[in-house]
Amino acid sequence: MAPGEPLLEVRDLVKHFPLTRGVLIKKQVGAVKAVDGVSFALRQGETLGIVGESGCGKSTVARMLVGLERPTAGHIRYRGEDITRLSGRAMKAVRRNIQMVFQDPYTSLNPRMTVGDIIGEPYEIHPEVAPKGDRRRRVQELLDVVGLNPEFVNRYPHQFSGGQRQRIGIARGLALRPEIIVADEPVSALDVSVQAQVVNLLARLQDDFGLSYVFIAHDLSVVRHLSDRVAVMYLGKIVETGTDEQIYDHPTHPYTQALLSAVPVPDPDARAHRERILLSGDVPSPADPPSGCRFRTRCWKAQELCARVEPPLAVPAAFHDDAGPARHASACHFAEERHVVPSE
Amino acid sequence: MTNGGAPATEPLLDVQDLQVEFRTRDGVAKAVNGVSYTVAAGRTLAVLGESGSGKSVTAQAVMGILDSPPGFVTGGRILFQGRDLLTLGKEERRRVRGAKMAMIFQDALSALNPVLSVGAQLGEMFRVHTGASRKDARDKAVALMERVGIPAARARVGDYPHQFSGGMRQRIMIAMALALEPDLIIADEPTTALDVTVQAQVMDLLAELRREYRMGLILITHDLGVVADVADTIAVMYAGRVVETAPVDQLYKAPAHPYTRGLLESVPRLGHKGQQLHAIKGLPPSLTAIPPGCAFHPRCPLARDVCRTDRPPLNDVGPGRASACHFWKETLDGAR
Repeated sequence: MAPGEPLLEVRDLVKHFPLTRGVLIKKQVGAVKAVDGVSFALRQGETLGIVGESGCGKSTVARMLVGLERPTAGHIRYRGEDITRLSGRAMKAVRRNIQMVFQDPYTSLNPRMTVGDIIGEPYEIHPEVAPKGDRRRRVQELLDVVGLNPEFVNRYPHQFSGGQRQRIGIARGLALRPEIIVADEPVSALDVSVQAQVVNLLARLQDDFGLSYVFIAHDLSVVRHLSDRVAVMYLGKIVETGTDEQIYDHPTHPYTQALLSAVPVPDPDARAHRERILLSGDVPSPADPPSGCRFRTRCWKAQELCARVEPPLAVPAAFHDDAGPARHASACHFAEERHVVPSE
Repeated sequence: MTNGGAPATEPLLDVQDLQVEFRTRDGVAKAVNGVSYTVAAGRTLAVLGESGSGKSVTAQAVMGILDSPPGFVTGGRILFQGRDLLTLGKEERRRVRGAKMAMIFQDALSALNPVLSVGAQLGEMFRVHTGASRKDARDKAVALMERVGIPAARARVGDYPHQFSGGMRQRIMIAMALALEPDLIIADEPTTALDVTVQAQVMDLLAELRREYRMGLILITHDLGVVADVADTIAVMYAGRVVETAPVDQLYKAPAHPYTRGLLESVPRLGHKGQQLHAIKGLPPSLTAIPPGCAFHPRCPLARDVCRTDRPPLNDVGPGRASACHFWKETLDGAR
């Protein structure tokens, strides 16, 4: 990998889940287009935040990155090598370096395994990382790293609170010393006071181990807190992407603007002078997305052009000569800068 | 709890020193330990707390839908329009519930009956409480669905809950709560399961209806942002107690309890990229083993010896404000 080259590069990633009819003779009658052409890059040591509402495909992207789903089309390049077509031993070696932390700390830990076995299980699959006699010590080290008492190795998941369980899930993700952690809503199930502890832990681990994160969440404040760059997804596509400042302080896509303006802000003073963009209706079905721009059915700017031509994810023509932070990729024919987040 | 200098009128709901415990095989869990709060007609009280703080159990006791056993109200009074609900008989209580006060739950899919059409469920309110005919009930159901913003209400009145999206289902829940024009609505995390853009729609609808019908609203939530958006006053709960109450703007500007301050400091902000978050150390206590003295003392940066032994009363700390902290003055000064 040449210096400056991305660690992970995703190009035109597509995942369609077939819709079938019939029991004996299955006939495909359509497809849920969960992810429909997503591209992004992740550089060493950085955090890419992916935000979007339920059904936008962000979790499916995460599952493809770690190899839990096979893409319908497109490439995922890790250090320049396409990993979507790998199999067997080659895939196993790559997976060691891309690990996942799941949302639900209650269902993602096996209730019949001790914490030591859960965190140590990756070593069973990749024995070259830690020799057998050394594993217990490594597990205890990991517990210490994530802020749990190393004496707890023989306890079971039910003996821990939600926040502690999420720490166990993070320790398991770290066991193989991966380069990339894909975290899918890692703090959404946690209480506010505990959520802050886990967010701080993730930030510290990134510094200590030089990790790169793909951080997926629906909470826009948490994403901004952790991310260097942000991608906003809607109905299987990225609609806008840029640095955290570009997206939050200078959004140009109407969906991003609506999303940001709808976030309740913990400041009663903002109530009076804050502009709310209320979207009408619900997200359309990904089995039958609108033609052209997918957001047009809920967009107040939509015109005939939007139904006909799909806007590409690129710097809009209006901002080509702009040197400021509004110049970033935004998939809208009528992109305009608008401030929707109250500055503090 | 009057808002600032507003004249004191008789509150719609006045909960006084409520105590609830759950008697389980593993011991007695003291879920609510002396909760007091009031709601005025036409105002919104937000009850803020983390899981296990007793905020939902208090609401269930007010509604009279506590699972009993194992849950028992062991003390206190619930005055609703001047009457103590805890002294009412079963039948009287049932007439209050639904007609005078109604509840909106977090998860509309499990709160609605999956095998009855939404029209039948909405209409049932009128048939049971007002003896309306089948046809009248259906017409009223359609009108309600239109009022809460369900498109093509007449065509969809026969649809089942699973045929609606999450936001639409929550609107149906609101329609059901609204059916008999109650004086008080208790909404328990009404938008937690919804996406932000839909959450904004539903909260707006709720606020609009509250104004229109001049209802009192208790909004139970863990989201500091939602509270700041809609509430008039707040009660912050911790380990089964109200630890601070205040008008909403004052609480955010100058919290008088270290727990409230900790919560405010631990949320990341949308407007800027922060450094490290100020997390509250430790975990909320188990309800079967609540620490003696102030329940928050093991996690509190201000804790001293007195906090480990003496339970702080809910002190008056200003007009319409109270704080259950021995060191509320220091906390207030520190915030200013």
